[in-house]
Amino acid sequence: MADTITAEDPLTGEEIELPADVEVGEIVDSPATGAELEVVSVDPLVLEEAPELEEDWGE
Amino acid sequence: MNVGLLYSRIRRDEKLLLSELRERGHEVTKIDVRKEQFDISEPPAILDDVDVVLDRCLATSRSLYATQFLDAYGIPVVNSAETADVCADKAKNSLALAKAGVPTPNTEVAFTTDSAMESIEKFGYPCVLKPVVGSWGRLMAKIDSPSAAEAILEHKATLGHYQHKVFYVQEFVEKPGRDIRVLAVDGEPVAAMTRSSEHWLTNAAKGAEATEFELDDRAKELVKQASDAVGGGLLGVDLMETGEDYTVHEVNHTVEFKALNDAVDVDVPAAVVDWLEAKVESDSQLAEAAV
Repeated sequence: MADTITAEDPLTGEEIELPADVEVGEIVDSPATGAELEVVSVDPLVLEEAPELEEDWGE
Repeated sequence: MNVGLLYSRIRRDEKLLLSELRERGHEVTKIDVRKEQFDISEPPAILDDVDVVLDRCLATSRSLYATQFLDAYGIPVVNSAETADVCADKAKNSLALAKAGVPTPNTEVAFTTDSAMESIEKFGYPCVLKPVVGSWGRLMAKIDSPSAAEAILEHKATLGHYQHKVFYVQEFVEKPGRDIRVLAVDGEPVAAMTRSSEHWLTNAAKGAEATEFELDDRAKELVKQASDAVGGGLLGVDLMETGEDYTVHEVNHTVEFKALNDAVDVDVPAAVVDWLEAKVESDSQLAEAAV
């Protein structure tokens, strides 16, 4: 099994590499912009810009 | 067992739990809280086969409502709706700790800027003003002077959400540059760390340095009491050292543990899953005995 898989960065259009075990719902950082991206599907791997943090978020 | 993981973001904390559960052969049902509808009578179909739900919602409002629905459906949830309700609100948290006789910083709640100013003047400077809902140290103010107090109160009154018009004023505790985070399951400590910073806020989310901490008997006793005070469960208990004793300033109900896991020798997700397995086993025995 490959250790990494690639997906398109929805903000820059560039191909980015992610660990092969990414989960739907996981948040990853865009290597180019540092923006938070959400994994919305793994087969195929699709990323979207993650929602902004909201006021009542957190432990 | 089949563990439902209620989430809106999979952070490293959730990923550690998912890996541990799957490695042990448990089924995991991931439930994206943003995609579900919660009927007042019937649980959503995604919950059909779960034995227990772990609430890992980031948004407090979602956590509070979702756990209430799960309770109503009779589906075990960690943490319970009662625990979430007490822990999500700093005023309720402080009331529960004080009622249980757990040492906690002196706190007052006021509802207008004038009466909040009176509270602040009583506490003297510095003192602390916190939002009743929120975390990661956000929007907390250490108030050093009357002019700063007036400015902060005016900003909160003018710009704030209604919850920011509940003024939670607290004594400033002179801690030794660090506080203590204990992760506990039903009051039993799993691991503890200090969070050190030169800043008065020592949240891990604010970049405080985490170091493993050995709890003494008094700290263990307070962790148990604080856990019981909010209804138990999987909790993050925060303590400060006051010289001769400790003061418990907060109990967190959707506890993050990645910083703790990195700082200590204990395998935190493994300990959490151990506890979850034991809890599901004991709940099912109780259910069988009741039939």
